[in-house]
This record gives sequence, C-alpha cells and structure tokens, in this order.
Amino acid sequence: MTTPPRRNNWIIALSLAAALSLSILPLPEAVARAWPEWTALVLLYWSMALPHRVSVGIAWGMGLPLDALRGSLLGEHGMGLAIITFITVKLHRRLRVYPLWQQAAVIMVLLALYQMLLLWVEGILGRASGGWYYWLPSLTGAVAWAPLFLVLREIRRYFRVA
Amino acid sequence: MFTQGPFLALRLAGLVLISVILMTVDHRLRYLEPVRAVVSTAVLPLQYLVNLPHAVGSWLGTSFASREELLRENTELRRNQLKIAVKLQQLDALDRENQRLRTLLKSSGKVGERAVVAELLGVDLDPYKHQVVINKGSVNGAYVGQPILDAHGVMGQLIHVGPVSSSAILITDPSHALPVQINRNGLRAIATGTGSLNRLDVQYLPNNADVQVGDLLVTSGLGGRFPPGYPVAVVKSVRRNPGQGFLAISATPTADLDRSREVLLVWSGRRVTEAPPP
Repeated sequence: MTTPPRRNNWIIALSLAAALSLSILPLPEAVARAWPEWTALVLLYWSMALPHRVSVGIAWGMGLPLDALRGSLLGEHGMGLAIITFITVKLHRRLRVYPLWQQAAVIMVLLALYQMLLLWVEGILGRASGGWYYWLPSLTGAVAWAPLFLVLREIRRYFRVA
Repeated sequence: MFTQGPFLALRLAGLVLISVILMTVDHRLRYLEPVRAVVSTAVLPLQYLVNLPHAVGSWLGTSFASREELLRENTELRRNQLKIAVKLQQLDALDRENQRLRTLLKSSGKVGERAVVAELLGVDLDPYKHQVVINKGSVNGAYVGQPILDAHGVMGQLIHVGPVSSSAILITDPSHALPVQINRNGLRAIATGTGSLNRLDVQYLPNNADVQVGDLLVTSGLGGRFPPGYPVAVVKSVRRNPGQGFLAISATPTADLDRSREVLLVWSGRRVTEAPPP
C-alpha cells in the first residue's frame, strides 16, 4: 500500500522563491548577460510535471514580482510566462516522454519565445536592447534544463509533491 | 480538471488581456504605483537574502580588522576631516557673501538642501538597465524623481518608491537624460546615458561651442529635478564634425557608479520641509 501523495504547496513556492533570488543575484556583467531565466525554467518544470497544480494563473502571478524587481511594466513578464506555460501545459504529455536533450530543445524555443515577447514590449516602449547576446539566456537556459530537471524531479519525488 | 481544453485557453486570453491593460495603464498613468510598492515590498525579503553574503562579508571585514589598520584609517580620516573642515569654512563665508549679494541684487536666495545616507542593496536587476535598489522608502520621505548622489557626483534619481525601499535609475541608463552646464562658462547642455557605466553623451551643443577636454559638467538645476551645482561628469573627448549640426562630446561620470555602496538622498527646493529631521 502506498501512502497518498501530499500536496506540499510550500515546495513549489520555495522553488519559485529560490528561482527569483537566483535571478537577482549580483554577478559580473559577462555572466549576468548569459544568466538563464530561472523563474521561467522552474515554472516550466512544474507546469510540465504538475499541470493541474501549476498553470497559467500561477505563471502570470510570478510575473508581478519579476516586474517589480526589474522595473519593467507591470504585467510584462506575466504575459510572457503565461503564454509559454500555456504551451507547456498543452504539450506536457508529449514533453514528459521526450529524452532530456529533446526537452531542452523545446525549452529553448519556449524561452526564446518568452524573450521575444519581452523584446516586443520593450521595443514598443522604445528601449529594446539589440545584439545577438540578448538571446544568450535562452541558450544557457536550455543547457541548464537537464540538471535543473533532475534536481527538481528528485525533490518532487522525495517530498511526494503531486 | 480544467488543465485542458477551451477553458485553459480562455484563462490565458483573459490573463493576456489583463497584462496588456496593466502595461498600458502603468506606462501612461501613475495609478499603479501603490500596486508596485506592495509587490516590491513583498519581494524585499528576497533582496535582503541575496544581499546577505555581502553584508556578512563586510561585517566580518570590519569586525576582524586589525588594530593598526583601524588606527591608520582613523588618522587618515582625521586628516581628511580637517581638510574638508577648512574648505567648509571658506564655503560658509562664500555662501553668506553670495546670499548678501543676492539680496543686494534683489534676486531670490538659494534654497537649502538636506540629505540622508542610504545604502545600496547588492542585487542585480536587469543587465540591460542601469538600476539600483536602495534601503530607504516613503517612510523616510523619499519621493519619485528624487536625486541620489555619492561623494563624487550625481548618480541618478528614484523611479519607484516603496515603503521601505526604492529603485533608482542611474544617469548612464540609455533612457536617462539630465540638464547640465559647463562649470567653466555656464554653457547649458543635456547629458544622456549611453548604457555604458563610464560614458555619458553630451548633446545639442553647436559646433562652435566652447567646450574643452577636462571641462567639468555640473547640474544646471533646470528641469527642477536635480539641485544645481553638483558635479556630473568630466568631458573626455570633443569631436567636431563639420557635416553635423552638433558636437559629439563624451564625458566620464565623476560618481563611482559601480563602486559606491552608500549614496546620499537629497531633498531640495520646496521638498526640504517634507524631509525627515537630520
């Protein structure tokens, strides 16, 4: 007989808070430009693993603290996060059975879409930042996906978050 | 479960719509400042958490500094203090004289200024924006548009003020411009940020303007945001291009934009009465 899964909301909350802290870590400029979007990555993981718990609503809500931290318009990050979370929830059955590298490829596309949405809004405001390195976080995010996935999966199994 | 099907798409559409409305309101009007203040206060613990290693490091540094080191620092500070005190005496006399002359000329006297020391939090906001977070907010009397300075010059101004923390934009942010004048001859210009921490561009000076390398740019006080007379930057290069209407001037900010931990919040003009007692 197995014990019924516990809800353990705090694990999800804690992982999202940790992702937010990671995103404001003071770093050397070169590293900061390539720093992955941890909040988006962690959100994508939970929406893929537990789409009935973490979905567009929570994703949108996570955008607000990001906006406050980065000084962007309120709702800007929320819109991007909600859209990529929506796609992940729609694809979660397929994503789950992909090998890790294939997941990482999809994640990279999603992160690039997220960055493009942000770039659009910034572009409308006339403060878009050019340069190919703007897209670096998508690439590093895809690289960071495999370790992050394994760590979060271990955490999820250990605490039986379901 | 509502994770699939049209229901989810509907929710997404609703959220995107709310986002667009929020962004528009936030961009055009100022109604959302309280919301932003609440959210930024909610994430303040995270910012302090991220700042913790640095705070602990500097605490350890001061706690375990050797006696000789402290003595040396103390002597040096005393010497500096003496130097500054001597200068300040002169300044005081000059200020009186200035006021007297102004009354003679029947022009309005200069308004007083008041300053409070704030500390930067060691957090990184966005690599493409030059913004910093300080540990003073509206309970300390801070307001949107308030100038922040360090020991060497103007650093920037506050753009979002929460109850106990605020974020400020630096003068080198590409979207920032401030009215300056050349200290030597009073020529007025606009200094805009370039996105690089050690460069400002000085715009709208005609080709025949009297600008030299090494000229000090100070705030002109026009625009009403920055108090006049604070150093901003030193002219680094002047390029005359006969084909262009204006000079291409770049200047180096005098403030230590990437090194200062302590900054001064300045109340000037009519805001002085609202400032907390020193």
